[in-house]
Order: sequence, then C-alpha cells, then structure tokens
Amino acid sequence: MTERPLVVEKVRIVDPARKLDAVGTIVVENGVIVAAGPDAMNQGRPDGATVIDGTGLTALPGLVDARVFIGEPGGEHRETIASASRAAAAGGVTSILTMPDTDPVIDDVAIAEFVMRTARDTALVNVFPAAALTKGLKGKEMTEIGLLTDAGVKAFTEGRKTLADPALMRRIMTYARDFGAVVMHETTDAALAGGGVMNEGLYASWLGLPGIPGEAEIIPLERDLRLAALTRCRYHAAKISLGESAAVVAAAKRRGLSVTAGVSINHLSLNENDVGQYRTYFRLSPPLRREADRLAMVEALADGTIDIIVSSHDPQDADDKRRPFAEAETGAIGLETLLPAALRLYHSGAVPLMRLVEAMTSAPAAILGLDRGTLKPGAPADLAIVDLDRPFVFTEDLIRSRSKNSAFENARFAGQVLRTVVSGRTVFEAAG
Amino acid sequence: MNMSVASSSVKKGETLIDTAMTLNAMQPDILVVRHHSAGAVALLAQKVACSVVNAGDGAHEHPTQALLDALTIRRHKGRIATLIVAICGDVLHSRVARSNILLLNALGAEVRVVAPSTLLPSGIEEMGVRVFRRMDEGLKGADVVMMLRLQRERMEGAFVPSVREYFRYFGLDAAKLAYARPDALVMHPGPMNRGVEIASEIADGPMSVIEEQVEMGVAVRMAVIEYLVGVSAEGNP
Repeated sequence: MTERPLVVEKVRIVDPARKLDAVGTIVVENGVIVAAGPDAMNQGRPDGATVIDGTGLTALPGLVDARVFIGEPGGEHRETIASASRAAAAGGVTSILTMPDTDPVIDDVAIAEFVMRTARDTALVNVFPAAALTKGLKGKEMTEIGLLTDAGVKAFTEGRKTLADPALMRRIMTYARDFGAVVMHETTDAALAGGGVMNEGLYASWLGLPGIPGEAEIIPLERDLRLAALTRCRYHAAKISLGESAAVVAAAKRRGLSVTAGVSINHLSLNENDVGQYRTYFRLSPPLRREADRLAMVEALADGTIDIIVSSHDPQDADDKRRPFAEAETGAIGLETLLPAALRLYHSGAVPLMRLVEAMTSAPAAILGLDRGTLKPGAPADLAIVDLDRPFVFTEDLIRSRSKNSAFENARFAGQVLRTVVSGRTVFEAAG
Repeated sequence: MNMSVASSSVKKGETLIDTAMTLNAMQPDILVVRHHSAGAVALLAQKVACSVVNAGDGAHEHPTQALLDALTIRRHKGRIATLIVAICGDVLHSRVARSNILLLNALGAEVRVVAPSTLLPSGIEEMGVRVFRRMDEGLKGADVVMMLRLQRERMEGAFVPSVREYFRYFGLDAAKLAYARPDALVMHPGPMNRGVEIASEIADGPMSVIEEQVEMGVAVRMAVIEYLVGVSAEGNP
C-alpha cells in the first residue's frame, strides 16, 4: 500500500541532528523525508498530497525510546507489541527498543526474529528487540552476540537485572567489543539493595519501609565503567538516578571512554516524596530519589552528561500493583507521557528544547545505530507534530497501554501530540 | 617407562618435588614430562640430574610441537622466513600458540593471531604478532593457517557463546580459507573438534597437512631424544 504524500506547512521544525530550529515546510513522499526546512517552502507539493497547516505547531523527529518493557511473548495480559505500539504512537514515539525480560527470554536469534516478525505484522511503530547478555538472563553464559547482531539486534542488556559476576561482565564486554555491540546495563547491586523497596533515608524510615542505598547503584556502575575502560566496550548506563552516578559517568567521559548514560523520565520528574502514602505506582527501580538527585539528573541532562531520556515503560497488572507497597511489583508505564512530561523541563526553562528533543531522538538513534531520529532529507519519515503549549490532563481513560500503572495519572501537562507519522504513514491523530 | 598421574603416587598427594626425587633415584637418561601447570616441568628439571623434555606445561609451552610444525612448513615451502603464518582460535589457553609464536618469529616468519578478544591473552600485541579479530582480515594472504583446539568447557557461554557462533565466525571453512593464499597449508596440532574450529572438508582436504604433522612429530621427537642421549653419553650437558 502506497501512502499519500504528506506536506506540513508553516511548521516550526526542531531537528537536533542538524541543529535546526526554524519555521518551514516538511515534504514526505514514499515514506521518506524529501525536504524539511525553511528552504523547502518553495518546494512544490507532490500530487495528491495531504497538506497540513502547521501554523503554531512544532514538528519533531519521532521519538526513539531505548527502554521499553513489553509482555509479549509470555505476558500478553500486561502488554502486547501491538498495544505498546499504540501507546507509543499516541506519545509521539516512533521507535522502541524492547527489553529481553520476556517469557521466553529474548536470548537467541529465533526469539528475536519472532519479535521482529510480530512487530512487522502488528505494530504501528518501529520495534527493535534488545537481546539478553546471558542465556535465560541467568547470569552464567553469554548469548550469541555475533549471530544476534547479524540478525539485526541493536543492543544487549539484562533488562531489569544487573550482572553480579564481574569476570563474566568483563568477558561479555570484551566479546561484545569485537562485534561493535553496545552493552546496556541497569546497575543495581541486588545484594546491597537487599529487600529494599524505596530510596533509603528519612522518608522511608518514617514510612517503615526498607530502603535501597544509593551505593547499590553506584558500586556496580563504577565497576562497569572500570570494565569499560579495560575492555573498550561501548557501554550504556541504562538508567541512573543519582547525582553521584552522573559524576562518575562524567568522569568516564572525560577519560575518553565510549560510555553513554540514560535516565528515565520518572527520575527527571518525580522524587521520593511522590510515594506519598504508599502509592505503589511510584515504586520504581531504581527507586525515586531525593529532590537534590532529581535536580542533579536535570542538570546532567542539560549539560550532556546524560545522553538520553527513556520512558522505562513497564506495564504491570493492576493485581500486581494493588498490594501493600513492599509486596507490589516495581515499574510504571510511560510511553504516552514521555514527551509531555519531558516538555515540563522546557517550559520551566531547565533544559533547552533542542537538547531535550535530542535526548529523545538523535541521541538514542546514534547509540543504537539507527538511521532514524532526524528529519533530514533521505531519512525514514518518522515524525511527531506537537502543540507545545496545549494543556491537557492525563486521565486514565486516555491510557492506551493495556496496563494502567501510570505514575502520571491525572497529571497536568502542556504539550500534546497531534499527529504521529511512521515511515510516512500517519499512525496517530489526536481527537478534536 | 611410562607413568601417568592417574595411576601414580601423585594422585595420593605426593608433591611434584617428591615425584622428581623418586624419578631421579631411578637414574633415567631422559624424562619426558607433560604437566597441567605452567612452569611445572622447569621446576621438576631443577631437581633431577638427567635431561628433561617439556612435552607441554599448562598454557606455557609445547616446544616439540613448534619444532614439528616448523619442519612441516619448511618441507612444503622450502623456508620459514617471510611466510605469513596465521594462528587461529584459543590462543589464550594454548601452549602450542606460545611456542610457535616464539619459534616462527625466531625463524623470520610474520606471525598473526586471529581470535575473539576473549580468547586472546593480555599483552598479545607485544608478543611479536599482528592481532586480528576477524578471520577474513587475519587470513588474507596467509601462507599457513594454523588452527587451535577449543576445549569443550570453553564453548558454551564461558569464553564464546556457543559452538555454532564460534564456527560461524572463527571455524575454518572453505569460505574463510579462500582469504588465504591458494597454496596455503592448513595445520592443526590435534586432537581436532570437527565442526567447531575446523570443518571436516578442510581438515581432510587437499590443503591440509595435519596427518603429516603427526608423522613429523615422530621424527622430531626421535631427533630430540637422540640428541639428548648423545649429549648425556658424552657427559657434556
């Protein structure tokens, strides 16, 4: 099926890959950006094009979310590839990197190809499966990093888990380096975190909940960064949450290591006080930290120490969340709220729009080696048309994800996605 | 006399030095010793009066293998100097690789190693070899392709992810061998893992000199023993 050409006129174009922020015209034909910029204004409209007046609107490259948990295969009651892709489309997210913590685990070529095939058949957005670092996520034997890379896998990660064995981590990083594979790792020392369920400190103590010390994140992170120096592997700290973590990442970058870092939108937006009276949708991993840490995350994002923002979309069954706090599952959904929540940092003046968009488009695309995340001519036409100022309340009935565990339920946002386009095809249009 | 650890007093807790003293008391002419620990043969040699041949000590050295490899190469190529020799596979654990790196370099060859980084020892770049992580690059223009054995316990996720991945990227098959010179020799110190580091069609193919290596092994070891017996008969170590 050939899509009709698309023309968006008089739209503000923000394309970080080209450092472009100007009003202009976008022309899309055959799924590819033909032109996007002020000089495209005089470009003729292709025959039969859908023409959109972009006055007052902003066009961004479609967002690339490098950390999305999905229930398929094995947990389709929480989320399918199709339902996650609908949530993504509604959030202006056009490419997602799915985590391998499925059942079965995405740890060999056949399962990775199953996900890619299912995505081709059912998903509205581009789906890139990440594969496990170890077989079955058991932390014992490395996966077929070479064969998986050749099959199209863009990143390797233990998902929610952290590899405990430093010798194994070293060997995997050494092997991955030969294949140019990127190792993404969430760093939580399971033993040190113990039975902790929220940030260790005064607030947890008043609530009578066991805490997770910051060191549970920093110790394995520092270990990994040393191993990255030893092995010269491409390493990505998947989800940091502490000012001190940002400091050690910054130091590693100063040493010239091939290291990048990500932060979840939750850790840029919320702090431990949001847990309130045992609100389980705010039970996350790593836990929400102190306000000082949140501010440090925002600063590290602004100065580039933190490269990317992820939704860390993690659908959980209501039954697994409606429990006493310490017994509830961790995680929150986030595909639909990633962009509006991030735009709060733009509206508050904390992070310039260009940097903010870069952290959700061209920066993750570069880490994953995708030819997306930009509006430059020739690129696949993945884009989001946004009204940066339109206010809305994120009520439960808006949630398209199969699970409803949002940490932003009833949150007020300014900035709504009006249309999402993937490879030239409109996959989402806001009502009204 | 043949003595193996499994049936000897070593199993009963005797130390290597005690074993050496016992053997020495038997006043042999030559001891041929293989030991799983690097340096063990040299340690034993300090404690006995006779000649000791290192038949392989851990991941350290296997000198007669290198000699027989060099002899096999020279019989086919007429020289060693300036030849390109690619040693491929588990260099990290290989005594054969270390002895060949030393000997072939001394004889003027250009020695390369080709392996995933997990199977290369630290500092390999300074051992007098050129290091490659891809077979197509490492085998380009090679006169000799020397494959190394990958032990089973190292195949399944420890040093490499799996046999099929190892074979895909580092196993010697016709496609990879095509990068070497058309008159290249294919060598393997044995015992081979067919379908792991080498395809059967290559091991048994026209470029393979693997059986000849075994034959040269007999000749080289006879020569070593004859030389050492001659030396000890003259009483002139």
